[in-house]
Amino acid sequence: MSSAIPYTVEVRPDTGLNNVKVGIWLFLASEVMLFGALFASYILLRVGAPTWPEGSEILNVPLATVNTVVLISSSVTMVMAWASLMRKDFGKFRLYMGGTVAFGLVFLVIKYIEYTAKFEHHLYPSTSTFLAIYFTLTGLHGLHVLGGMAVNAYFLFPGAKMWKTAPQQFTNRVETAGLFWHFVDLVWIFLFPVLYLL
Amino acid sequence: MDAEHVDISKHVRAYILVFVALMALTLVTVTVSYLDLPTPGAIALALAIAGIKGSLVAAYFMHLISERKLIYVVLAFTLIFFLAVLFGPLLTNLDEISL
Repeated sequence: MSSAIPYTVEVRPDTGLNNVKVGIWLFLASEVMLFGALFASYILLRVGAPTWPEGSEILNVPLATVNTVVLISSSVTMVMAWASLMRKDFGKFRLYMGGTVAFGLVFLVIKYIEYTAKFEHHLYPSTSTFLAIYFTLTGLHGLHVLGGMAVNAYFLFPGAKMWKTAPQQFTNRVETAGLFWHFVDLVWIFLFPVLYLL
Repeated sequence: MDAEHVDISKHVRAYILVFVALMALTLVTVTVSYLDLPTPGAIALALAIAGIKGSLVAAYFMHLISERKLIYVVLAFTLIFFLAVLFGPLLTNLDEISL
């Protein structure tokens, strides 16, 4: 007992939160700064450039729109996965979490198709400032999708056995993974108009 | 136990409404982008829509609408530094800004 990490489930009296919640939000704060610095780079590069292409001239807006729908849907299935655990319905959790991982995979496949089409047209990060920041932002975002999928897949399969031994802690873990996943969705909600539509 | 179930059902209804709103706003932002509005207006509108969508995700999916004070404090600091890093560099470029 004494070796267990404290406050993973029970609430700390001084913060009113468990430490998992505090930890993930501090991490997300650092993520805001990471993406914030890159968005700042985008703004500075754009206002300093003599000309700037319209995203839709170079990028595939319909594919990106589909990806926006896919990622928003994955956020809904993620939050429903957590809600299913709150209702003690493990079967539904499996279903929604499986959907979340599947949506993540669809997003990455579409992203792969987009990247491949760019390379086929000899459009690389070195081609223009616009493409450099496009590949940097979407590449970093894609890595976040991949990371989130790995965690979600862990909770879908091997990590799910915790449901039998510590259901409250498992529910908290899924909520925490969800906070990261929604953040990744949130970043895309801004990336999509900024890169594709403006 | 039952109270908890009722509570979660309310949450789930909110999630579905937010989902519908996010889909509708995605449709709006894409449609507007085909209207070829003047650039400053287009940027303002697209960012406003993205801001609403992002707020919905943060408020409901990330439960920020009913979170503890410590999280709000962390995020208030984050917002200040985020705005500083976002717009601070622009100060070096004020003489040649064009949209």
